[in-house]
Amino acid sequence: MPQEVAMREAYGKALVEMGRENPDIVVLDADLSKSTMTHFFAKEFPKRFFDCGIAEQNMVGIAAGLAASGKIPFASTFAVFMPGRCFDQVRMSIAQPRLNVKLVSTHSGITVGEDGISHQAIEDLALANSFPGFNIVVPADAIEAVQAVKFAAATDGPFYIRLVRPKSPLIYDERYRFEPGKASVLREGVDVAIIATGLMVVEALKASEILKSDGISCRVLNMSSLKPFDEQAVNTAATETGAIVTAEEHLEHGGLGSTVARIVAKYHPVPVEIVAIKDTYAESAKPDELMQKYGLTAKNIEQAVRRVIERKKR
Amino acid sequence: MPSNNPDSKTSAAHGTPAGVFSSLTLEEMQAVARKLRRHIVSMIGKAGSGHPGGSLSAVEIITALFFHVMRHKPSDLCWPERDRFILSKGHAAPLLYASLAECGYYPPEELATLRRLGSRLQGHVDRTCTPGVEMSAGALGQGLSFGIGVALAGRLNSQDYHVYVLLGDGECDEGQVWEAAMAAAHFKVDNLTAIVDNNGIQLDGWNRDIMNLEPFGKKWEAFGWQVIEVDGHDLSRLVDALEKAKRVEGKPAVVIAHTIKGKGVSFMENKVDFHGKAPDAAQLELAMKELA
Repeated sequence: MPQEVAMREAYGKALVEMGRENPDIVVLDADLSKSTMTHFFAKEFPKRFFDCGIAEQNMVGIAAGLAASGKIPFASTFAVFMPGRCFDQVRMSIAQPRLNVKLVSTHSGITVGEDGISHQAIEDLALANSFPGFNIVVPADAIEAVQAVKFAAATDGPFYIRLVRPKSPLIYDERYRFEPGKASVLREGVDVAIIATGLMVVEALKASEILKSDGISCRVLNMSSLKPFDEQAVNTAATETGAIVTAEEHLEHGGLGSTVARIVAKYHPVPVEIVAIKDTYAESAKPDELMQKYGLTAKNIEQAVRRVIERKKR
Repeated sequence: MPSNNPDSKTSAAHGTPAGVFSSLTLEEMQAVARKLRRHIVSMIGKAGSGHPGGSLSAVEIITALFFHVMRHKPSDLCWPERDRFILSKGHAAPLLYASLAECGYYPPEELATLRRLGSRLQGHVDRTCTPGVEMSAGALGQGLSFGIGVALAGRLNSQDYHVYVLLGDGECDEGQVWEAAMAAAHFKVDNLTAIVDNNGIQLDGWNRDIMNLEPFGKKWEAFGWQVIEVDGHDLSRLVDALEKAKRVEGKPAVVIAHTIKGKGVSFMENKVDFHGKAPDAAQLELAMKELA
């Protein structure tokens, strides 16, 4: 079993490390610093930390003002509150003027679990994808999360970085370097390409192992960068494998699957299966139970691969 | 009324040797205010759309700030020590554009391009387009939060600039304004002054009929602000109020400027209709005569 690490804990510690190197880094939170793990930064740099209380709209507005004045603000809360609760503030105060604000949301998707649907962000990528000029990163593990956060700090422009609540297995080691707008190829394969993001990357790897024993060769791509998006990797996958499965812990609408489908339809139509939440809200339960009930497991990816390969033969 | 600029020996509009904009005298400011009103009506008339009412009501507020109180350099947009002006009521764009032109940020002839394809003067203010515009606005309620961020950055950097945020009174219906009001007091942001253009009218009618704001001053006080009320068309009192607000320590200050929507054009004054309607050709001619 690979080591399990929480992305948000890695994020919180990375903030401290970056804060020591760069005095312009400031952090904002909306009364969730113990959960988003920005409390590490708050403790070491109290003057550069602003707890805005339960007021996300105001928080992102303050972040925009700090960015316009040369600071590098990281604003954090749960994904259900940002960009959802403060959509128009992100739109007009950050996205339109392309300000250098880093929105890092934790507790995305249904792996929030028992807190239920009010706290399960399954629409946030659709919202974030709708901002022209935004950078969007959905890391697959804690190592990539730290890389993405450091990349964001060093790169001018607005970012949305989507993290999750539970600990998750490491798929990378310390040598990994995040590249914006580039898919990371985890397995080469010729029969089908599985393009996954976030926690579903681990499930995609599991599915590819199962399928391998049946003689099905899967290419596995981690598509952590949703904006900019590696259209070339999708084109190449469509051309070379002729079948694509996408997997994400998000609604089918407006996330990874719909982006891949748009590109495939535009440049090289091949069968596509989308593993995602199907136009419904979930419920309270343990994360694993929810991932099973709502179809977000290695088994679901495996079945989708078998379906897409059948469609390819027609 | 003392000048805020120690270098200023003259009141020439285009600044001191250092490029810092010189404070004008009361008489000069009154002339500027008349000129700004003509610009506003003519720009909106030419564009065929826009918001004359809430631009005309804030003319003296902006005149006092840009032509007397604020420290700024039209030749150096990124001057770190400049005072920051944030137009939260972004629909008063024509007023800000006219002021920036008269300060020398760009030629006044450019004002005729308002709302045209390719123009730097967008329908609502956009910081990526117009020299001197600090924040993009138009969707109401966001400027005070932004201003707090700018003020906190000044504090972190030990810079002594002051941040001015102009809000509409109708804009204060937005919940975010009060989130920001709470935060500014909590963070003891005393390098920020909010100014409310209290003209009493919003798009659908009088504030008191659409969404009552009263007791308005007491609300700000209860949120921890120093409240200064003033006649928003009296330049001398406005300057005093703004300078008094700047001196407040340990908490933010708000200047509630009592104004008349459409001020200066008889048929626009206190008229709900001219919140967001351009004058037609005959009205434009009449208005320009009144403002001559």
